[in-house]
Amino acid sequence: MQYKAIVVGVSSGGMNALKIICSALPVDFNIPIIIVQHLSAHSDSFWIKLLNEKSHLFVKEADEKEKIKKGTIYIAPPNYHLLIEKDKTFSLTIDERVNFARPSIDVLFESAAEAYRNKLIGIVLTGSNSDGTKGIKRIKDCGGLAIIQDPTTADSEYMPKSAIAAIVPDYIISLEEIVELLIKIDQEKR
Amino acid sequence: MRYKDISDIEISSLLEAIYDTYGYDFREYSQAHIRRRITNRLSVSGFENVAQMQSHVLNDETFASELLQDLSITVTEMFRDPTFYRSLRDNVMPVLKTYPFIKIWHAGCASGEEAYSMAILLQEEGLYDRTTIYATDFNQLALNRAKDGIFSNKMIKEYTSNYQLAGGKESFSRYYTSNYDNVIMNQSLKKNIVWANHNLVTDSVFAEVNLILCRNVLIYFEKNLQNKVQTLFYNSLINGGVLCLGSKESLRFSDLYDQYSEIDTKQRIYKKKY
Repeated sequence: MQYKAIVVGVSSGGMNALKIICSALPVDFNIPIIIVQHLSAHSDSFWIKLLNEKSHLFVKEADEKEKIKKGTIYIAPPNYHLLIEKDKTFSLTIDERVNFARPSIDVLFESAAEAYRNKLIGIVLTGSNSDGTKGIKRIKDCGGLAIIQDPTTADSEYMPKSAIAAIVPDYIISLEEIVELLIKIDQEKR
Repeated sequence: MRYKDISDIEISSLLEAIYDTYGYDFREYSQAHIRRRITNRLSVSGFENVAQMQSHVLNDETFASELLQDLSITVTEMFRDPTFYRSLRDNVMPVLKTYPFIKIWHAGCASGEEAYSMAILLQEEGLYDRTTIYATDFNQLALNRAKDGIFSNKMIKEYTSNYQLAGGKESFSRYYTSNYDNVIMNQSLKKNIVWANHNLVTDSVFAEVNLILCRNVLIYFEKNLQNKVQTLFYNSLINGGVLCLGSKESLRFSDLYDQYSEIDTKQRIYKKKY
């Protein structure tokens, strides 16, 4: 199986979780990673700068119509939904909040599942609402791989638990194990 | 219910049918957005598939109008992105002051919150009396709401904070009257706003203007359509006129990039070259 993209959904407690994942991935990690993190509508780009310093990979905010490239970590801009088109470019919208969130994890996951079908890995991390549950289900329905952070290791267990209740995940593991698994998958495909 | 895929053909056929029957053209909208909206409508409508929904759209104007609401963009707020309005006040108002008459086109105004924000800004800068704001949208229901100028009380706290962050000079409550759960915008703000039905995709230039605001509309369009609408804007602006886009919309990759200079790159404010 050759996975072409990884989508990640994270809410409260997300800054730490993302720091751990982004700093642990090696410089030659290939599969693009696209992240929705719930942030305040007015937050600035400071957070991306910080992640970029921690990571061996290039971390940037996703731009509309931007082509998704290997070895890059993309973050959804605050106050916009992030969607993936079938030609593997980004779209942004200002549609209503979904699950009280904009960007919403479900919106990213559902569009990514359409675009990548069974070549997609979906990851649900710490968070205190149920955003991402419908999305990870769609990813599974399309044949993708579902990884959920072990709720006992999460800052906030609600979001991973909600996802686990809706699907049978392929993995329920800690952040460190997620990193190991991703590296293994990325190396296998070469 | 297990998720059933909607095919690209089903979607494009539905969009063709809407265009043929009603003249609304969504064929060059970004696909992921359209697919999401149609999927949502399908799941609440009770139809089994898009084909069934399509034949209903063609024969039932009420249902068609609901679908049009789904496909159009109606999310907006007053002084959305306060830093943008701050820049508008600091960098664009001085340019507008040099004109004896000012024409502003607010393209894709939806329910009008940003047009009212502009009217407030112009009043405070002493320019409103010599200004006409053309506020246009293809969504007639949204336009009707805009014309009424009645907004939910719930949003006022956020709007007030936006207004203050945008450099507002007065108490925001000066601009509306509270009435039960709603506020009604002052008549004095409405007097120079012309609300008109205009479709960016299918309609053409209707006036020569000093300033165009079109924020968070182009992100819904595919590249070709974006360029087409940018050409429409270019042809509607006087030389030296100002174009304002949404905070994630850039002219950088547009065919017309060289025809503008940048007034405020971060806030996406551009000036048409002489």
